[in-house]
Amino acid sequence: MAYFELAIGCILINNILLAQFLGCCPFLGTSKKMETAVGMAMAVVFVMSMAGIITWVVDTYLLKGLDVEYLRTVSFILVIASLVQFVEMFLKKSMPALYAGLGIFLPLITTNCAVMGACLLNISNEYTFVTATAASFFYALGFGLALILFAGVRERVNLARVPKPLQDTSIGLVTAGIIALSFTAFKGMV
Amino acid sequence: MAQSLAKEFTKGLWAEIPPFRLVLGLCPVLAVTKTVENGIGMGMATTFVLVFSNLLVSMLRNVIPAKVRIACYIVIIATFVTIVELVMQAFTYPLFLKLGIFIPLIVVNCIVLGRAEAFASKNNPIMAIADGLGIGIGFTLSLSVLGAVREFLGAGTITIWGGTPVFDMATVSSSFQPFSFMVEAPGAFVGLGLLLAIMNLIPSK
Repeated sequence: MAYFELAIGCILINNILLAQFLGCCPFLGTSKKMETAVGMAMAVVFVMSMAGIITWVVDTYLLKGLDVEYLRTVSFILVIASLVQFVEMFLKKSMPALYAGLGIFLPLITTNCAVMGACLLNISNEYTFVTATAASFFYALGFGLALILFAGVRERVNLARVPKPLQDTSIGLVTAGIIALSFTAFKGMV
Repeated sequence: MAQSLAKEFTKGLWAEIPPFRLVLGLCPVLAVTKTVENGIGMGMATTFVLVFSNLLVSMLRNVIPAKVRIACYIVIIATFVTIVELVMQAFTYPLFLKLGIFIPLIVVNCIVLGRAEAFASKNNPIMAIADGLGIGIGFTLSLSVLGAVREFLGAGTITIWGGTPVFDMATVSSSFQPFSFMVEAPGAFVGLGLLLAIMNLIPSK
C-alpha cells in the first residue's frame, strides 16, 4: 500500500515535470511530434531508474562513508554522464532495434535535469534503497506520461490558428500551464 | 576589440537574452520565480558559474581533446557549482534553503553548457568573460521580471532581498485579493508563455 501511495505521489501529485519543473527543456524540445516524445519518454524511464539506483549506492556507501558529501554534485553528474555513455554502447551492441528507436535522445539525457533532480530528491527525502529505486521509476513514468500527453495536445495545437506572437514555444508554454492546472486536481488524493 | 567586446556583452541583454531568445535553461526559470528575491539569487548564482566556467573553458580550449570535451566542461561547471553551493550555504542560508535542489542543478542548466560549447571553446578568455557576464545578467533580468510579475499578481508583494517585502498590496487596499494561480506551478508556465509572446511583439532588430 505504501508503494501504491508512492506511485500516485510521484506520478500524479508531485509530477516531476508539471509540479517540480525538472526536465522542461526536453519537455518543450521533443514534444512537437508524438514519435519523438515516445522515444524520449522511453529513454528517460530507462536511464532515470538506473541512475536512481547507482547514485543512491554511491551516495550511501562512497560519499557518506568517506565523509565527502560536498562532492555530491560532481560525482552525480559524472555517474549520470558515464551511465548514459555506457547504456548507449551496450544498447548499440546488444539491442540495436531499441538503440535505433531511442536514437539521439540517449546522449541528450545527460543534461536532462529531471534525471539528476530525481537522484537528488531521493537523497534529500532520505529514502531507503528499495523506496529510492521505486521512486526513480515512478518519477520517470510521470515524466513520460506528462511528455506524451503534452505531445498529443501540441500536435492538435499545431493545426490550429494561433496568433502570431504566441506561436511555437509561447503557446507551448501556455498549453503546458493548462495541463499542469489539470494535474493540480490530483492534490490531496493521498 | 573594445567594440566587439561590448557587442558580446550587450547581446546577452537583449538580442540573445535567455530564456526568451535562447530557449534554454527553463527549469530554474519556472521553478524559482515565485518571488523576485529567489529570481535574483538564482540569477546571480548562475552568472557566477557562467563567468568562471566560460573563463576556464576558454583558457583550456587548446588543451582539452575534442572527443572528451563535454565531460571536461561538465567537470569544470560542477566544480564551480559546488563552490557556489558552499558559499551560499555559509552566507545566504535562508535563500539556500528556498532554492533547494535547484542550486546543484545549475550543473545541468543547458545555458551554462551551451555557452561553454558554443562560445567559450572558440574564443579568447576576455571575450568569454564578456559573453558569460552578458548572458548571466540577461538571465538574472529575465528571472527578476518573471518573478516580479508572478509575485505581484500571485501574492500582491514585491520582495527584492532579505525576505521582507518592499511593497505590499495589502497596505494599499484592504480589499485586494491575490491571484494565487500565478505562484502555483501552472502560473509559471502561463506567465512565461505570455511574457514570451510580449517579447515576440517587439521586433528584435
